[in-house]
Amino acid sequence: MPGGLLGIEALDRVEIEGILDRAKRFQPRQTDSKKSDQLRGRMIVNLFFEASTRTRTSFEIAAKRLGADAISITASASSVSKGESLVDTLNTLGAMHPDAIVMRHSASGAPHFLARYLPTPIINAGDGTHEHPTQALLDARTILDRRPTLEGLRVAIIGDIAHSRVARSNMYLLSKFGAQIVLCGPASLLPPELAQLAPGISLTHKMEDAIRDADVIMMLRVQLERQHEAAFSANEYFQFYGLRLEHMSLAKPDAIVMHPGPINRGREISSEVADSQRSVILNQVENGIAVRMAVLERILGN
Amino acid sequence: MPTKLIIRNGRVMDPAGGLDAVRDVAIEDGRIAAIGQTLDAAGATELDASGLIVAPGFIDMHVHLREPGFEHAETIESGSRAAAAGGFTSICCMPNTKPVNDNATVTSYIIERAERHAIVNVFPIGAITKGSAGEELAAIGLMKEAGIVAISDDGRPVMNARVMRRAMETARSFGLPVIDHCEDLHLSAGGDMNEGIQSVRLGLRGIPAASEDVMVARDILLAELTGARFHVAHISSRHAVEMLAFAKARGLPVTSEATPHHFALQDRDMPPYDSNYKMKPPLRSECDVAAITQGIVSGAIDAIATDHAPHPGSEKMQEFEQCPFGILGLETAIGITLERLVHSGKITLMRMIELFTTGPDRVLDLKRGRLAIGAPADVTLFDTERSWTYDVNRSFSKSRNSPFDGYAFRGGPVATIVGGKLAWSADHVALGVPAASR
Repeated sequence: MPGGLLGIEALDRVEIEGILDRAKRFQPRQTDSKKSDQLRGRMIVNLFFEASTRTRTSFEIAAKRLGADAISITASASSVSKGESLVDTLNTLGAMHPDAIVMRHSASGAPHFLARYLPTPIINAGDGTHEHPTQALLDARTILDRRPTLEGLRVAIIGDIAHSRVARSNMYLLSKFGAQIVLCGPASLLPPELAQLAPGISLTHKMEDAIRDADVIMMLRVQLERQHEAAFSANEYFQFYGLRLEHMSLAKPDAIVMHPGPINRGREISSEVADSQRSVILNQVENGIAVRMAVLERILGN
Repeated sequence: MPTKLIIRNGRVMDPAGGLDAVRDVAIEDGRIAAIGQTLDAAGATELDASGLIVAPGFIDMHVHLREPGFEHAETIESGSRAAAAGGFTSICCMPNTKPVNDNATVTSYIIERAERHAIVNVFPIGAITKGSAGEELAAIGLMKEAGIVAISDDGRPVMNARVMRRAMETARSFGLPVIDHCEDLHLSAGGDMNEGIQSVRLGLRGIPAASEDVMVARDILLAELTGARFHVAHISSRHAVEMLAFAKARGLPVTSEATPHHFALQDRDMPPYDSNYKMKPPLRSECDVAAITQGIVSGAIDAIATDHAPHPGSEKMQEFEQCPFGILGLETAIGITLERLVHSGKITLMRMIELFTTGPDRVLDLKRGRLAIGAPADVTLFDTERSWTYDVNRSFSKSRNSPFDGYAFRGGPVATIVGGKLAWSADHVALGVPAASR
């Protein structure tokens, strides 16, 4: 991956396994704030055009643990607010010769567009409603911490699939490893074309069907800001697509519950489930550091 | 001194007159003077057209010249140069300028600027509603007197069916066709590309084909109600083609045009997030492309028009969802049509010429598009075999937004004669005075 990391779709199994294996070895360092010097002297710019707490912090910590210098820029504080175009902003940063740019943007394809013009490797930290590759990698790491393999697992992804970059990246990754993926959500947030994106994907509008025999339940945040008109009121959404304790009996006895955060308690997931033993939501956050260390190392390491 | 030009030995193809033979074409004082074998050359400039097709001047009934208001993207002059280089002798410019061409003053301005600066014929199309805001009708009759050849709110279609009805009634009374960019703006709102597996894959908001279809259906019904001549701009969907065929079978005065990109490209051909593939209507699916091609073959589609829509790099070099819709089209239309429709055996060369000449002329009644004695000497010369590569950086347009940059074509425009004058010719063409008459 010398050119950066734009998405999961274009990666092959070997590349993904390489990152996940490496991330496992970095896991002990998630709780150890000591820095190594693997990436000493390297500079990583975190450029966030969209609000983000966990992803930005996680990338920053990952960079620092590897000894790299990390600079974080948020769009509102930068020249973007003075009318500078995206290309010019990135060219300006590129002229300062960072070793990589980690980028979050609200427009799908913004990092792909820039990658055509900039020699600097770009790591996609979420582009619009397209992909969020490091999220899928840390989700896979989290699952693999509890299961020997992804193959044959039944994974339910529930919520606003249409607008979810997390869902897309996870679909590509899980499909490459032979998981069965059940996508579930309201009709207007579940376009039928999703089933053709990768092998092993099926669609349902019934939450019970999605959860039945699931090994993994991934809940997604309801993204009101991306919907033209909400199909459901908050109450109605929770009634039909909110994960509650009573659903858990349908899943496998050792099923885990995941959520990329930030969670809306009482909206797509009940507090009882979010805080239950089944929930691995905080493990996902932890793994974010190890996975991003592995990605940075892969892209910047010699 | 009378100017005389003889186009020698070309394969003269004129759909209106049913002519397809090697002939000389003599032009005098801006009009076709004679078509025959071995015409007298005394005092005439000669153009050797051996091996070339000599056709009536091509008409592009759908272009955006951006003047007045957006001269950084295109001017009447630069657009007309691109047209000539693409083999077009007449172009019709859409009214979405700034100000909008919704009154006779703007119409006259465009016509005067064109007379002074354009190297091809420019026919303005007037707005349907004031400011193309979709509410009050524009000064349609006065614009007609000033020289418009049709009305359209291209790009900002009239959503209110009652307003559209009144527009059709008015257009009918003034003998103007109504050209509609058929798009239900509520259904398409926020969309950036065709709705389908590609939009879902790329995480881009979709524009469903249904947003075109419902407006085509509405307008066909309104055309029947009002008796107006109704023309579908840049038809792109399978169902729209079916409805056109249905309307024609009912004997309604309904016509349509297709763009080269809509029969040459589909949504999945777009390199990821390349805004040179972003236009309205969007590149559609494989079955839509097949239906457009079939519509051209069957006659449901009457004309090929480019929807030449220049945008400067500063606007196209942005996040995909921020980029404006539209691509260049004038300089690549003949090459694409030859490749996709003629060389592939879908249509004959004569049918292709019809789609660029009598087809649009039947819609707009420009009294152009034929090689008749006494007719304005608008002639398009092209060849069907020479290979050439499109280099958008050498385009005559002021903009560079083409998905066909670097594309290798087989056959293309060679020379463009407007009113008897050579407006453009390819590098390898030279006008000469024959030795005998020196």
